[in-house]
Amino acid sequence: MTIEQRLIPSGANVLQVDSLSKWFGNKAAVNDVSFWVRRGEIVGLLGPNGAGKTTTINMILGVLEPSAGKISVAGIDVLRHRSQALARSNFAAVYAALPGNLTVAQNLQIFGLIYSVEALDQRIEALLGQLDLSALRNTKCGLLSSGETTRVNLAKALLNRPELLLLDEPTASLDPSSAHDARCQVRSLAQSGECGILWTSHNMYEVEAVCDRVLFLSRGRILLEGDPRLLPKRHGAANLEDLFIHIAREPLLAEREERA
Amino acid sequence: MRWRPIAGIVLRQYYLFRGSPVRVIPMFAWVGIDIVLWGFITRYLNSVGAGRIDFVPQLLGAVLFWDFLTRIMQGVTVAFLEDVWSRNFLNLFATPLSITEYLTGLVITGITTSAVGLVVMLVLATLVFGLAFASLGVLLAQFVMVLLLFGIVLGILSSAMVLRWGPSAEWLTWPIPALLAPFAAVFYPVATLPGWMRTVASVLPPSYVFEALRSRIAGGVPSSGALLWVAMLTLLYLLASGFVFTRVYRHVVRNGLLARYSAESSG
Repeated sequence: MTIEQRLIPSGANVLQVDSLSKWFGNKAAVNDVSFWVRRGEIVGLLGPNGAGKTTTINMILGVLEPSAGKISVAGIDVLRHRSQALARSNFAAVYAALPGNLTVAQNLQIFGLIYSVEALDQRIEALLGQLDLSALRNTKCGLLSSGETTRVNLAKALLNRPELLLLDEPTASLDPSSAHDARCQVRSLAQSGECGILWTSHNMYEVEAVCDRVLFLSRGRILLEGDPRLLPKRHGAANLEDLFIHIAREPLLAEREERA
Repeated sequence: MRWRPIAGIVLRQYYLFRGSPVRVIPMFAWVGIDIVLWGFITRYLNSVGAGRIDFVPQLLGAVLFWDFLTRIMQGVTVAFLEDVWSRNFLNLFATPLSITEYLTGLVITGITTSAVGLVVMLVLATLVFGLAFASLGVLLAQFVMVLLLFGIVLGILSSAMVLRWGPSAEWLTWPIPALLAPFAAVFYPVATLPGWMRTVASVLPPSYVFEALRSRIAGGVPSSGALLWVAMLTLLYLLASGFVFTRVYRHVVRNGLLARYSAESSG
């Protein structure tokens, strides 16, 4: 299936991105990108540094205005109805830590109020237990280890039971054991059907283990899309990492191969 | 506008104050020092002035009101800067929080922290230096309201400056009260100023407050028309400051600065 042949379903999609572009001056950071995420699905957004992954995520989060295109979260237009759309999404990113001068519980309390979470105290208790953070509830976030910070960010991201969860390199600074636990938690969250997840990572082993579908982004465009376990074979690569390297080094060639 | 997101913004500031005495002390320490310093200066001036002018209401009253305005501005600005310092913009603005809710949270924080300072100043000035604020009657409430709202205006505009030009613009905001003070005619009548400065003073609400204060101390009755005008002018500034902040927010969302705030510019 080529990019042009893709049909973009809309019914059960928690995220629908249509013809999204972002230009900084005459440079396209994201160029006419379309994709979707279904409920219960984990979609990997892959690509080399500077490919446009974080720019795309920032536009979905409403902190960066697209130059063109449309983004809908659970059917709600992010540009027109920002608050309603963002109430249904949440995110965790390694570069967006919670304020370090507040404790874990205080941060969750504050963001729970901002998201207008019902029965907030019970929700916080449940997440602290679920993510093994109960012992850290009164620890200031600035004193946490990388792994603990990641779990706290994840707890914040789950506070409002988002229909769309954006995870930007969520396991980047975790040891293998903690990363495994985080992957299991996210996987079970998707399997529960509560939300759809857009996941960025540079760890191809992780992507194969977690993602149902991947999108390869390079120079602001989606070059490949498909099942991470089938794509390498389809393109004559030994594994996903080899395919990634091939696309990162030869994006135009990869695009021609996909069209053919 | 929803109250729970606003409560979240206020609660964040409350937790910060509760967790750090270093943040609590400036709420009353500097204003207390100002009142003590100026209190003794006015006592000295009264003693050498042989009773011709009572400097206590003239100078100490002016210092108190100007400090109040400055503290409100700083209260709003510092609440905003807490999010700059902790690089919290991405977390905050990727939520359903609206700009109006965010600003309302900052303003409530600014009012609360400056109210503490106002109480300290009033108690010190009244009990130690005999400043008779009660004699101002209803005017006191009108003065406080105008200065409160104009302090909020300055706080919102200062925050907009930092949002627009990046964290280093913080240093542009601190001297704003000092820059405005000569035009606001805090310690002298507007008539003392040269023509061009009087023009600037005429569009600054605090100048009307300090003129009215001096008029009342001299036994006159401040013009109700002027007070109505200054109330409307202040409300206009309040709406304009909200508009400016919103425009700046949209600008930084459009050019990508909000998402990469530490870069200080999108170029």
